[in-house]
Amino acid sequence: MATAKADKARPQGYQTNAHDARMWREVTTPEGAVIRLRLADAGERAGALFIDAGIMLVTLIVGGMIIAFGVPDGYFGDWSEVGQILFNLFFFILRAFYFTIFEMGRRAATPGKRIMKLRVVAREGRQLTANAIFARNVMRELEVFLPFTFLLTGMGGDTLNGMMTLLVLVWLGVFVFMPVFNRDKLRGGDLVAGTWVIRNPKPELAKDVTSTSANADDEAFVFTQEQLQTYGEHELQVLEDVLRSGTGEVKAAVASRIRARIGWEAAPLERDGPFLEAFYKQLRKTLETRMLFGNRKKDKYDTGESS
Amino acid sequence: MSELDLKSYRFRAEREDDWRALEGLLERIQNSGVNVLKPDELVALPQLYRTAVSSLSTARAVSLDRNLITYLETLCTRGYLFMYGPRVSFWERFSSFFRRDWPDAVRSMVGATILSAAIMFGFALIVMMLVLSDSEWFYPFAAFLDERTPEASQETLRATLYTEDEDIAGMLSVFASQLFTHNTMVALLCFALGFMVGIPTAILLAYNGCILGAYVGLYVSKGLGFEIIGWLMIHGVTELFAIILAAAAGFVIGKTLAFPGEKRRVDAMADAGKRAGNVGMGVVVMLFLAALLEGFGRQLINDDLTRYMVAGVSLLGWLSYFYLRPGAKR
Repeated sequence: MATAKADKARPQGYQTNAHDARMWREVTTPEGAVIRLRLADAGERAGALFIDAGIMLVTLIVGGMIIAFGVPDGYFGDWSEVGQILFNLFFFILRAFYFTIFEMGRRAATPGKRIMKLRVVAREGRQLTANAIFARNVMRELEVFLPFTFLLTGMGGDTLNGMMTLLVLVWLGVFVFMPVFNRDKLRGGDLVAGTWVIRNPKPELAKDVTSTSANADDEAFVFTQEQLQTYGEHELQVLEDVLRSGTGEVKAAVASRIRARIGWEAAPLERDGPFLEAFYKQLRKTLETRMLFGNRKKDKYDTGESS
Repeated sequence: MSELDLKSYRFRAEREDDWRALEGLLERIQNSGVNVLKPDELVALPQLYRTAVSSLSTARAVSLDRNLITYLETLCTRGYLFMYGPRVSFWERFSSFFRRDWPDAVRSMVGATILSAAIMFGFALIVMMLVLSDSEWFYPFAAFLDERTPEASQETLRATLYTEDEDIAGMLSVFASQLFTHNTMVALLCFALGFMVGIPTAILLAYNGCILGAYVGLYVSKGLGFEIIGWLMIHGVTELFAIILAAAAGFVIGKTLAFPGEKRRVDAMADAGKRAGNVGMGVVVMLFLAALLEGFGRQLINDDLTRYMVAGVSLLGWLSYFYLRPGAKR
């Protein structure tokens, strides 16, 4: 069955679409636990790059104005030349070290990446080194800055003719779209430096769904073993999602589906929320008990025969 | 049915405080560095981390609460990235780079370095010979549109080699323009273009060799050979060496991309990239020194012999720094 097969490739505990499933990478820690890193999407990385480019541009303009108004006339002789030099120096430092310095920091992320909640890690979760950061950002020169400079100011003093413009655009395109065309979303710099850009893990522990249920109602909902065998872990987690973030309408729809499926006679004035919570709790108890005995039920199609 | 009836809920209730403590510590480290932790917190950190990792393994076996498992996974990932992240401080990193990493990386690519030097100086020599045989050959390689052409008199050319009036703005200007336009671009390009299997790197090296050869040939043909070499090499030793190293790093990257050897291509690339990255950072340092020498040294030192001495000392210095390191094998 197609769904069951896709489930096998998918990490347990994640209800995700196929694209999302491909974006997770497993790393085994020295303690022997498997943790998962979520690679950043191309869109998120583009967003981060745009934010960083914006920050650099604003810094450059502000710095240029400070230099223009801050260098007193006649301080070094011909001040306009000195101002020009200082500006070039400033531009160079910004261009060469902005990414490197921020990514060498504690968060391993530039401001743009921080805003997009991304960070740089070494591939396969290995140690991230300063060299890797340097290498991945030197490549940026080739990937973005250089072709852009050619497009804006031409090559060797001449503006580009049509053919050359096309070539430079192809060059730019090859590198810019490279992350879209490989499995690990690597750009040239990532490939050279052996790095990944991942979503910065942000732990959020919500309340256990079972802890909020009004326990007084529990007596009203007693499900038979047969009813609790209807669904598997997959459906349990969908139900968890519904309970955590579903609207009243969604809950009502899910509740009526479940009632129909397990053949539950709704009592008069029975509310959907407590019904779902009680069902969730008892289903989870049943499945967790099965799990302890090594007898897992993946989803409602899993009859335990194939394994 | 009491709420503690679920084993997985009890499991969570018993351990949640430890997880929260770890989360708090990691949050503080990320915001203000590891130094803000008190000694007892530092001791607690690895223990809390291991607790969380073991909780994760257990939770996967006993709990079907997806939110809980996701939480533990992200918590452990964050802990892992910190615990096994870079250990060294910036200054340790800095000193180990100069004491060991950089020279080691340079020494690991001797072959590529020789190849780069051969390409650059080979083309320089060829073009120099051409210019010497017929000064018309100078024009295709003339990179600077100024008075330095075969039509110029010996005096004009000699004047370009020495500086009479020194003012600080002029020196700064040479320093800056050399550093931030030409050299760094050439070096970075040599490095980055290695990515395209090294062919553009070779072309760029050859082209720069040609320019070099054309100008040396021009001055030699006017009987200024000794002077031009002094003028060029006072900073050129450092600068050309830097460009050659950058190109060598580019070749290593390109070679690894084409022939990764026994490792997977991405792994081989990562190793080569790190070595190349070390060399590349060093190249920036060298170019900075070269620009200082060019901007200030060459303008202030107008004596040929002193220029040769500076060139010789810097060549010996770089060679012994990179290659003469007895017992440095790790």
